[in-house]
Amino acid sequence: MSNAVSAARPLAPVTRRPTFKWGPVFDHAILIAGSAFMLVPVYLAFMTSTHDAVTVHTGGVQALPGGSLVDNYATVMFDGLGFSGAVNGTTMMLNSLILGLGFAVGKIVLSMMAAYAIVYFRFPLAEFAFWAIFVTLLLPLEVRILPSYEIVQSMGLINTYTGLIVPLVASATGTFFFRQFFKSVPDELIEAARIDGAGPLKFFLDILLPLSRTMIAAIFIIMFVYGWNQYLWPTLITTNEDYFTLVRGIKQIIQVWVGSQIPEYGQAMALAVLAMLPPVIVVVVFQSWFIKGLTESDK
Amino acid sequence: MARLHIDQVSKIYTGTQRAVDAVSIDVDDGEFLVLVGPSGCGKSTLLRMIAGLEAITEGAITIGERVVNDLDPAARDIAMVFQNYALYPHMKVYDNMAYGLRNRGIARDEIDRRVREAATTLELGPLLERKPRELSGGQRQRVAMGRAIVRNPAAFLFDEPLSNLDAKLRSHMRVEIKHLQRSLGITSVYVTHDQLEAMTLADKLVVMNAGKVEQIGAPLDVYERPASTFVASFIGAPAMNLIPFSALGDDGRLGLRDATVATIGFRPQDIIEVANDNEDGDGLSLRFVVDAVEPVGSESYLHGKVGAERVVVRIDGRAPHREGDRIGIAVPSERLHAFDADGRRLEGWRTPDAVGDAGTAMRKTRAT
Repeated sequence: MSNAVSAARPLAPVTRRPTFKWGPVFDHAILIAGSAFMLVPVYLAFMTSTHDAVTVHTGGVQALPGGSLVDNYATVMFDGLGFSGAVNGTTMMLNSLILGLGFAVGKIVLSMMAAYAIVYFRFPLAEFAFWAIFVTLLLPLEVRILPSYEIVQSMGLINTYTGLIVPLVASATGTFFFRQFFKSVPDELIEAARIDGAGPLKFFLDILLPLSRTMIAAIFIIMFVYGWNQYLWPTLITTNEDYFTLVRGIKQIIQVWVGSQIPEYGQAMALAVLAMLPPVIVVVVFQSWFIKGLTESDK
Repeated sequence: MARLHIDQVSKIYTGTQRAVDAVSIDVDDGEFLVLVGPSGCGKSTLLRMIAGLEAITEGAITIGERVVNDLDPAARDIAMVFQNYALYPHMKVYDNMAYGLRNRGIARDEIDRRVREAATTLELGPLLERKPRELSGGQRQRVAMGRAIVRNPAAFLFDEPLSNLDAKLRSHMRVEIKHLQRSLGITSVYVTHDQLEAMTLADKLVVMNAGKVEQIGAPLDVYERPASTFVASFIGAPAMNLIPFSALGDDGRLGLRDATVATIGFRPQDIIEVANDNEDGDGLSLRFVVDAVEPVGSESYLHGKVGAERVVVRIDGRAPHREGDRIGIAVPSERLHAFDADGRRLEGWRTPDAVGDAGTAMRKTRAT
């Protein structure tokens, strides 16, 4: 546009002032507002975590850095917390990690195998089996939490990692995603593999598994974060503080309002910030795979 | 290398519907068999039954000396090239070709030798370390062929391998496949819906329709003497003109002997343009109205009607005709094909002397 104008009047000076455009300003305003919406709580949590409990108790959420950064973080990571003081942040983080990883890996393994059976093998009631799994998508954990607890309890799995993880690894979402993905793999591929002498196991390991790489990464992220953030189930299933997860631990800190004691707000915030880190790391590391998994169609 | 024997093979999916109906075909050692027919005619199903990807409902398939009905695809000693190549996307070209050999427990250096040999034959040498997605369609097709070659199987099976390529590449690959099959001498079965591919590749052509074999023969035999109206209209482009006998208003000049003639057929290139319809030789002479002229360079096609019947006429070079022109056309009687009411080819449907007369008379006309 401006080129055309200057070409038409070659003798005019080039000092023409560019017209101000409101469009980009508007766009950026929306982007900035959106970012602020996401980032301000994180920023406030981090800033608050650098103050001691009294400051927070009297002054509320803090917007500027305070002097207790090292104190707070060292305390939550290494000192005993909670009612008995027997467990520290490191243990809780480890527990969360075990839960998150076990949860994600278990879900991926189980749902891949289920989807493989549903898509590639003809057996009676296969379609029914799939829809039965699919329907459970509609039922959140909370709906079946009492029977699940009853079973785990009767098996004596309270306060074990097994009891924490295994009842949650069946995944309708994962099975559904893998089913859709396997269905999009061309039939010729399995036929070529059959002619090449690959049996069901070899086809799964040599062809399907490598092809599902990006899909696995995507589901791993979702499931890890989901597992990491589990609250209700760990609360029910763990009474021994040695098995507390981070998300539970935060609550434990706040819940010490006994007599004139002030909850350690700063420490709680520090723990919350720490609890955010591993999911963020997982997402950042797997991000490129994650996007590929959701968008790639080159098969 | 082996003979392939297909004996009364049928495929029944549900109920009584036969996708392939009692097909019997013999393929000699080293022969190139092409199955051709419209989509849904059962040609791919038949190929997949040979490969072992579909169960055989009835009949028997023998590769070499073994009946393979109950064998796994891998145990049949065949290799298949798919329409969409079916390369393993996550494997390099080298691994794609080596995968089948590794599964068979062949020694590593033997695999390496065979893969490199095939790569040389197919000019894939520089591409061995690439992934399939980094290759063009033609290169992918060559890798798929390489995967088949390294196996050194008893038979090659091709399932429309060229239909995903553009026209130019297709004719190039056609020659390449033919050359490769000749030099390797491996028995091959090739499925296509393209009659040009079928004609040029086949040693033996099988035309299929609705699950049944319409005709088996050498490509030119099938072209010259189509066994049915279906074959006549399917093989050859443009298709043979087929006109109901009743629409011709025969005045006896055809020398009809067999009263069961229901349809008369003649190829567009066997038609001669004549100045008037008072032809003195016998054979067919008709009035033709031009509807459209299709110049394709070296020749032109006139689309039009004889009475109410659609007819295509081929003219050498450029046609001077315009839409709406009325011209006289004639067909020498030895170039006519006759079919009965069921569409079956009829032989000896004309009196012998009429055949002789017509032949000489028309040849004279053509020369002028």
